[in-house]
Amino acid sequence: MAPIVLAVEGANVVNDVVETSTGAVGAAWLIPVIPLLGFVLVLSLNRRLGHQASLVAIAASGISFLLSLAVAAQVLADPATYLRPLPTWIAVGGLEVGFDLFIDQLTVVMLLVVTGVGFLIHLYSVGYMHGDERYARFFAYLNLFLASMLILVLGSNLLTLFLGWELVGLSSYLLIGFWFEKMENAVAAKKAFITNRVGDVSFMIAMFLAFATFESLDFLVLIEAAPDLGATTAFVLVLLLLGGAAAKSAQIPLYVWLPDAMAGPTPVSALIHAATMVTAGVYLTVRLSPILVQSVGAMTIIAWIGAFTALLAALIAVRQDDIKKILAYSTVSQLGFMFIAVGTGAFREGIFHLVTHAFFKGLLFLAAGSVMHAMNNQTDAWKMGGLRKAMPITFWTSGIGWLAISGIPPFAGFFSKDQILTEAYLHGYGGVYVVGLIAAILTAFYMSRWFFLIFLGEPRFGDEVHPHESPRSMTTPLIVLGVLSAIGGLALNPVHRGPLFNFLEPSVASVAELGYEPAGPLTEAVLIPIAIVAALLGIGLAYLAYVRRDLSLGRMSEPIKGPVAELAERKFFVDELYEAIFVRAGGGLATAVTWFDSRVIDGVVNGSGAGSMATARVARRLQNGLVRGYVAWLLVGALAIVGVLLVQVVR
Amino acid sequence: MAIGYYFAVSALLFSIGLVGVMVRRNAIVLFMCIELMLNAVNLTLAAAARMWGGPDGQVFVFFVIVVAAAEVVVGLALIVNLYFRRGTIDVDVPQLLRY
Repeated sequence: MAPIVLAVEGANVVNDVVETSTGAVGAAWLIPVIPLLGFVLVLSLNRRLGHQASLVAIAASGISFLLSLAVAAQVLADPATYLRPLPTWIAVGGLEVGFDLFIDQLTVVMLLVVTGVGFLIHLYSVGYMHGDERYARFFAYLNLFLASMLILVLGSNLLTLFLGWELVGLSSYLLIGFWFEKMENAVAAKKAFITNRVGDVSFMIAMFLAFATFESLDFLVLIEAAPDLGATTAFVLVLLLLGGAAAKSAQIPLYVWLPDAMAGPTPVSALIHAATMVTAGVYLTVRLSPILVQSVGAMTIIAWIGAFTALLAALIAVRQDDIKKILAYSTVSQLGFMFIAVGTGAFREGIFHLVTHAFFKGLLFLAAGSVMHAMNNQTDAWKMGGLRKAMPITFWTSGIGWLAISGIPPFAGFFSKDQILTEAYLHGYGGVYVVGLIAAILTAFYMSRWFFLIFLGEPRFGDEVHPHESPRSMTTPLIVLGVLSAIGGLALNPVHRGPLFNFLEPSVASVAELGYEPAGPLTEAVLIPIAIVAALLGIGLAYLAYVRRDLSLGRMSEPIKGPVAELAERKFFVDELYEAIFVRAGGGLATAVTWFDSRVIDGVVNGSGAGSMATARVARRLQNGLVRGYVAWLLVGALAIVGVLLVQVVR
Repeated sequence: MAIGYYFAVSALLFSIGLVGVMVRRNAIVLFMCIELMLNAVNLTLAAAARMWGGPDGQVFVFFVIVVAAAEVVVGLALIVNLYFRRGTIDVDVPQLLRY
């Protein structure tokens, strides 16, 4: 087959399209199928397996990971876009959708992140979920999630991607509401599902538009035909895709579900709501980057949405007290950075940040889970403190995660975040750069607050709590992710346009033709120190506020006060606003529709019934039971007929 | 003889039958009146057939007679049953199907 030429001519590295059913790629269909089998097996043998369910689930995710490694090895050795033909799913009219797999460099990166982090989190759940009454079911759901995410990543067309997209939504719903006995969790699950549906509508319309324009949903066709798109179509299509991506990746205005989703068990928060699922939107936009680059206007909107999300979520995170909520808003904020990357044409930097974020945010969530495990499920950071001595492994690994997300070199987050901001600046988005930099300072601040409140200072909990280090099944993933967070950036992409950047080159669109100009005279040599100073500034401020003060009064000693802080603590009333606009208005509309239904629609039906009854009440008088009366009516009828005949004859 | 006389007699017979059906209450008499009306029609048919010189009318008369005979069988059986059940053949008495 012909090589894919991405978007703009002059892209110097292009992939050959290789259709193959052999080798590692040939077996790649097993990657999603094995966890799916694991799901079916564990769920159907739920009771009988008991605590052995985790073995099945872990084995399934482990095999997926190994297969992904094999696929990665093949793509590394022989870079190309591999198509693995599989049976057709739907064939109607001009639409033909297959289960074929689409494997290129981007897919490989996603595969490794999803299965790798997923495997570690399966392992971690053994300790964390130990003794839960629905232990087996939890692992079944984890496997289902993994399978769904892999379908999403491997699909060769928009519809297969959408299949995985919806399935991850389902697994997320099941897992957020895993402890559904508590009303709060059930509500959070519903909120996540419904908010995602809003984005799904946008995604579906995008698919319709794509099919109407390209007469196919295959990525291959979409990518090849993208340069011929009209400006308006491209703009609308990208915005519709953004709508879908914004819901799944928790961007303004659809981010509200993610913080509430922390109601689920912590491994779920780590797996779904930090490391993998929420990156689906980023994956989607990067996968379709050749379409994105057709509309710089729409990309600018993406960049600004990302910037505002990063800032807003960071502001909210500054005043949250729940250690998981802080991480949740932090996730929203970091996803904002990825959208900044996508919007400013730094697709590969976005994916790089996706990878490092999966490492350090997965790590931080697992650490938070470990802390909760030690503190009898306490999540209020003000009731912790001084856990450094009790939990050395958790302390050290969280320390790495904290430095990584704050952007301190040489930890992973520094490279990826700095590269995104640098690229935003160099591509002429000065405003986005400034907003992103402020968000980065805030990130360093709230993450330091998180870290200091939990691990440093004097204990602020009573004698009834005896913190202890978590079991090995939980600390092992922490250590692995800690190592990855420490060296991941250095190993993958230590310099701007490093190995990962070059590896991904053939699978994303080139932005060379977009004519980006730097926003100012600053060069990378200046921008990098600025980023480091920003991170140190955030950490320093947090140190002054939360380490050098007496915090023994708990929440009362919160040093950040004032109206803005108050607003941040109340999450800027966004939930209340949505409640007022959508829930109330929706409720009002529903009431009106109910009225219309019960009065008008039912009125017609009931009215016709009542009308015939009223008619019958009068007309039944004719039925007097007298035979001679009936004969008289017969006569009247006959006379009428004769009369009519006579009139006709006379005429 | 002019056909009009036949029709006049026929009309007279029919009217007598009709009035009988309307005013009498005895089921047997009612029945006889219906026969009267049927035969009035038969007379018309036969006379008209004779006038046109074709067989259709006469054939039709036979049909009417056959149907009338069948009707008598059913009707009389009904009346007998009515008498057994109600002890009367007054048609105004059974009013079960009244509204």
